[in-house]
Amino acid sequence: MKALKSPFFWLILALTALFAFYPRLGNNITLRETLVLSAVYIILASNLNLMIGYTGYVNFGSIVFFGLGGYFTLWLVGAHGWNVYAAVLFAGFITSLLAMALGFGILRLRGAYFALATIGVNEAVKDFVSNFDTWGGSEGIFLPFTTYKAMGGAGKALWTVYLLIILVMGISLLLSWYVKRSKFGLGLFAIREDEDAAIVLGVKAPKYKALIYSLSAFLPAVAGGLYFFKNGSVVPEEAFNLHLSIESIVMVMLGGQGTVSGPAVGAFLYERLRGLLLTTPSLSNFHLVIAGVLLLLIILFAPGGLMGWLYKKWPRIREVLE
Amino acid sequence: MVEILSSVMDGLLIGLVYGLAAIGLTLIFGVMDVVNLAHGAIIALGMFFLYLFFGAGLHPYLALLPVAVLGFIFGVIVYQIAVRKIISGPPLMSLLATFAVSMIIIGVGTALWSTSPYNINFKVTTYNFFGYTVTSARLVSAVAAVLVTFGLYYFLYRTVLGKAVRAVANNREAAELMGIPSQQILAITFGIGTMLAMLSGALIATLFPFTILSGGVYELKSFVASVLGGLGNPTGALFGGIILGLIEGSVAPFIQVSWTNVIEFVIFVGILLFFPTGLFGGRK
Amino acid sequence: MKSAILEVKSVTKAFGGLLAVDDVTFTMFEGEILGLIGPNGAGKTTLFNVINGVYKPTKGHIVFAGQDITGLPPYEVVNKGLSRTHQIVKPLNEMTVIENVVVGACFGSENLGLEPARRVANEVLEFIGLDKYKDELAGKLNIALKKRLEVARALAANPKLLLLDEVLAGLNPTEVGKMLDVINKIRDRGISILMIEHIMQAIMSLSNRIVVLNFGRKLAEGTPDEVANDPQVIEAYLGDPEMAKRILEEEEA
Repeated sequence: MKALKSPFFWLILALTALFAFYPRLGNNITLRETLVLSAVYIILASNLNLMIGYTGYVNFGSIVFFGLGGYFTLWLVGAHGWNVYAAVLFAGFITSLLAMALGFGILRLRGAYFALATIGVNEAVKDFVSNFDTWGGSEGIFLPFTTYKAMGGAGKALWTVYLLIILVMGISLLLSWYVKRSKFGLGLFAIREDEDAAIVLGVKAPKYKALIYSLSAFLPAVAGGLYFFKNGSVVPEEAFNLHLSIESIVMVMLGGQGTVSGPAVGAFLYERLRGLLLTTPSLSNFHLVIAGVLLLLIILFAPGGLMGWLYKKWPRIREVLE
Repeated sequence: MVEILSSVMDGLLIGLVYGLAAIGLTLIFGVMDVVNLAHGAIIALGMFFLYLFFGAGLHPYLALLPVAVLGFIFGVIVYQIAVRKIISGPPLMSLLATFAVSMIIIGVGTALWSTSPYNINFKVTTYNFFGYTVTSARLVSAVAAVLVTFGLYYFLYRTVLGKAVRAVANNREAAELMGIPSQQILAITFGIGTMLAMLSGALIATLFPFTILSGGVYELKSFVASVLGGLGNPTGALFGGIILGLIEGSVAPFIQVSWTNVIEFVIFVGILLFFPTGLFGGRK
Repeated sequence: MKSAILEVKSVTKAFGGLLAVDDVTFTMFEGEILGLIGPNGAGKTTLFNVINGVYKPTKGHIVFAGQDITGLPPYEVVNKGLSRTHQIVKPLNEMTVIENVVVGACFGSENLGLEPARRVANEVLEFIGLDKYKDELAGKLNIALKKRLEVARALAANPKLLLLDEVLAGLNPTEVGKMLDVINKIRDRGISILMIEHIMQAIMSLSNRIVVLNFGRKLAEGTPDEVANDPQVIEAYLGDPEMAKRILEEEEA
């Protein structure tokens, strides 16, 4: 295995282990709840980066995968008595399949048209779910407290789910890393640079795009399932929150699109920053303004994000931080 | 039957206002290939500008004038700060830059006005035509939307500056070779697009209560209307708005209001997929 | 006679009412360099786009190495061993020169993995004289090098037939000379070449045979000499007799 020789591979494993075990020391639940949010952001940003950074397709509605994952999971667990493991896996697969089917359609659109269509899809699904009685309409789905009994009580269940979310985070990073080094990834980057040229060079663009779109849906859907299972409820406004979708793009940009570590770093920093802004009373009124100004500054002056800046400053850092 | 017809009429009238908002969005896209994600926030800002002038004692319809002027200036400033530099970059950049502007507007707006609802309280007369009751506010807003659209067309087709805008929309490089200062034209276009969005917001504010977040709904409706008419095509956008209003009006008596959004977005995605240049053809 | 590598059979391509390519038929043989010439707007690039699958022909067939490839998407066509370059270069800007060529090798006729593709890319870069620039970003190259990169990428796919769309346009005389060497070396490898070119001297000296298009129709076909002396070509394509004379002189020189 060549992977074992790469320092970056071990860095991902170490980071995942740190996330998994650090809050366990002293049973620190506050820290766990902070980290779970970071982890979810990292999952969303990393998978979104597969589309934006690797393929050059700006998915503005990526949150629809997260939301659908949450809904499928809670519905299977709540109404059909599935265990959560089977439910999240199923939710991941079915969401991926839906993305694949949808992808063959909307991925024919390019640039702003694709971006608009993804917004449209998210809003359509949100409005549909809000009216869909099987899934509780605008009230959403609530899990009874007894659900957690099977997992040894709520306290224990939450730790289990936390570890699973961290696992999904680790897999997300490995996936990003693996795709980037693969022939598949090379084809995607060619599509990002110039889709017509890529096609003439032999890249099966329609298949590749649908595949990566579908792949980028899987882990966010699983994460959505775990996250909303942990919360015990899911409502349309929260599941299909377009704002979080766009914030994920900000995270990707902040860290550096097209790199493996960038979106993760961006997501982590964004979560910290957001927390800081929201909990500092003098700033909380202005958290959106500050985030907006920050985003604008990145776009205007550092479009490569943090990683782009680092690479420029210390080119050798590429060898460790991909 | 009268009920259904009334509903359809209401839809038509509000559809004209949607159309005006959509023209603001589509004009900017048509000329500079920028999808303005600050569109909704700007609509909301138009509502609050009207509120401020109204609070200062101006009649709401008179206040439309200073709102328009402010809207234009605001648009030019936004262009110079946020859009100018990335206008030739990939679409992601302009989408994000305008979204950042949206965050800033909504952030400042929330700090100033919180997110609780406001409304414009002024004297409204009710008319009755053969059983169809309609308020003067609705009629005026529809007529104002039509007048502004005519004004825009007069500008685009009858004035030198307007022709320059069309030239830049058609081919920026060629226009520059002919001596048209394209950067200025782009700034002016962004100003006009912003002005139209603010005016539509101001008109909506005379009809319904609003918050700083209200723009989001109308931004999405503007997307749908522009795409129906073909992105970049102002006439198309107006008709797109009318179609949207008519759909809302004609399905309202039969199904729950909350389903209309589903229908709209399904139409939206469908049109993007199968008629990417809109129902009336036009530029792609 | 050698066997046919490419048969263009009554190909027509219409855009709306406009016939960009109008009932064009010709056959090209293995190992041959066939020149495709004609005034601007004659339909040359459109014909290339039909041959490699960017456009579906309105009528007619494309047969490549005995196989009907009409209507196949470009990526399938490349896999069968037919590569092309673009008149307006399309480098993958934010990727390095070698990565560009690795793309060509990976997704070409042999469907190579990354490692073998890298080896092929290195060979091709050396062959074409771009090895010095292999770690530069493709977007940073000058136009002459970008044209060579186009050829390198197409070549890395290991084609049997290469379509070259004005690879000489925009180059200075020294660069033209270098590119001509490259083309000759490619021919010596046994790869058939179909090329569009405006520089008459070059195409007349390189090509075994020439096909002339005008207003989408095939006007003439034959050896460079035959074509240059064809009164129809002189009249319709070259327009003024002076120009024709000059070309004949170039021929003799």
